[in-house]
Amino acid sequence: MTSAIQVDRISKRFSSGKEGITALKDITFNVAKGELFGLVGPDGAGKTTLFRILTTLMLADSGTASVEGFDVVKDFKEIRKRVGYMPGKFSLYPDLSVAENLAFFATLFNTSLKENYELVKAIYQQIEPFEKRKAGALSGGMKQKLALSCALIHRPSVLFLDEPTTGVDAVSRKEFWELLRGLQDAGISILVSTPYMDEASLCDRVALMQEGKIMDINSPKGITENFGKPLYAVRNSNMYELMQRLKTHPAVESCYPFGQHHHVVFKNSTLSEEEIRSLIAPLAGAFEVRRIEASIEDSFMKLMHQ
Amino acid sequence: MKQFTFFIRKEFLHLWRDRRTMLILFGMPIMQILIFGFALTNEVKNARIAVLDFSKDNTSRGIIDEMNASRYFDVGLYLSQPAELERAFQSGTVKLAVVFPSDFQYDLLHGNQATVQLIADATDPNVATTLSNYATGIIMDYQAAQRGAQPLPLSIKTEFRMLYNPQLKGSYNFVPGVMAMVLMLVCAMMTSISIVREKEMGTMEVILVSPIVPIRVVIAKMVPYLILSAANIGSILLLSVFVLDVPIQGNLVLLVSECLLFTITALSLGLLISSVANSQQVAMLISLMGLFLPTVMLSGFMFPVENMPIALQVISNIVPAKWFYYIVRNVMIKGLTFDYVWKETLILAGMTLFFMVVSVKKFKTRLE
Repeated sequence: MTSAIQVDRISKRFSSGKEGITALKDITFNVAKGELFGLVGPDGAGKTTLFRILTTLMLADSGTASVEGFDVVKDFKEIRKRVGYMPGKFSLYPDLSVAENLAFFATLFNTSLKENYELVKAIYQQIEPFEKRKAGALSGGMKQKLALSCALIHRPSVLFLDEPTTGVDAVSRKEFWELLRGLQDAGISILVSTPYMDEASLCDRVALMQEGKIMDINSPKGITENFGKPLYAVRNSNMYELMQRLKTHPAVESCYPFGQHHHVVFKNSTLSEEEIRSLIAPLAGAFEVRRIEASIEDSFMKLMHQ
Repeated sequence: MKQFTFFIRKEFLHLWRDRRTMLILFGMPIMQILIFGFALTNEVKNARIAVLDFSKDNTSRGIIDEMNASRYFDVGLYLSQPAELERAFQSGTVKLAVVFPSDFQYDLLHGNQATVQLIADATDPNVATTLSNYATGIIMDYQAAQRGAQPLPLSIKTEFRMLYNPQLKGSYNFVPGVMAMVLMLVCAMMTSISIVREKEMGTMEVILVSPIVPIRVVIAKMVPYLILSAANIGSILLLSVFVLDVPIQGNLVLLVSECLLFTITALSLGLLISSVANSQQVAMLISLMGLFLPTVMLSGFMFPVENMPIALQVISNIVPAKWFYYIVRNVMIKGLTFDYVWKETLILAGMTLFFMVVSVKKFKTRLE
């Protein structure tokens, strides 16, 4: 069985400015048929460039890639028939209504809403009451649902979603990911990118990207299990000072703020909780410490500093 | 085909929902025709003049009455002293003063010769020349009428006949010019902007990643503007015939088809611009600087091409509006047939084809 997406040593440089920017460096990965694969990384990691290369909008400097067995350079016309693409930017017509937008994208692919209603039903039903409303007047979450409906209207076999949940409220984000799960059940392979680490755990597999490179590819569970060392969350009343002190402490390997706590990794991973307590005590007055499971973000931070 | 018609419908929706732009697109030609027709005219009408009459006899009064009766002049000021002349000109209320010396009629009848002085405000040299010419003409006419049946023994009479525009109306000149301007603006600028807008919004990205041949989407964009331009051509022609009294001398079908040809030229230029520009501002600037200015300056509509330095004359040949202006002037005003403008039509058609081919070739199937 061939993979839905195959990427082999793709590199891309942009020649802006004097030295130019390396957007992608030797990217290699595979997305299996029916898989929900996530590209996770901060802005500027090269996610959008990778999407554009895979959707045949850009040419890579070196390396090869194929989607559904078709080469992204030679067979770009075949790929364009088969994929659904939702760019990061809101890319609908704000002056056209919901129904008109959908009808336009359906016509673009020589199909109609009626033909593929079953596939988009789950998503479209939520925005159907607003059919007559202009797309520009929709809320962020609804815009994304409409954009997803538009990308799905022609029953693509591979779906490319570039940061679909950026700028969308937490509830809509959760709904959106549930929708993606549903599409996966319909047999669609999905490549999705996100800057939100918490969303990574919802994918089958994720690739952690940073500055044009893939740092790790694994299942979300595999990634957190690879974290290796025990992780502690610490907090007290003067978080700033605590951070300074922890950072300079010889026993501390790394320390970074994480929500209301600081996450701390110690050099010696066999330390007991008691030993750690006594280690931190002289640095902070009244404090709280507990051992926690590493999240994807912790793994990301660790990989980033390697 | 179903795709194509749907795209055209979508473009109409965009246009229809952007009421302000629509108003400008339809209102602009009408406004321009009216402004050029009534406000921006270099014809002189009812210019205020001052009279300093030291003679106050029948002849001088007769001449003044003649002047007052003509549509060019309005005697607004009767002066009694030379010193007042200066003040009248300084205040700017008069453009021309007519001075009759004392014993004007006496000199004319007894000395066979009398002098009238015309003093003009030459701040605007064209107006000054025009006014003094008109005034001279009126005085000459008066003299001829007075002389009646006794002709001078030896005299050469000049007779004018102003062909194609006997009333020397400025509108004969600018109607073709405004047409070129409006079509350039509506077609080239608006199509390029609307295509570039898709690039800016990111919708072009989605359109590219689809089985449709993208150039079709772009061609579909031209259709609404073609129709819009046809409406504009109609309104300009109607206004010029019924409001400005500029008759269409030539064949209407020929005239309209030449206009449509130029519309397509402008549309393909818009397409070309859109393949270069990446933002709406850039598209607008290129259309204004690269198309609109040459249309106004180099087409011969504002300034005669023959008066330009050789270099500019050469450059003017690549301005499509120059050929269009030439064609429309000859067909509409002179009433010439296709036999007289086929060469220019061919040049225009050739340019159109060239722009079309280049822009289709340049159209990118990818983002870079």
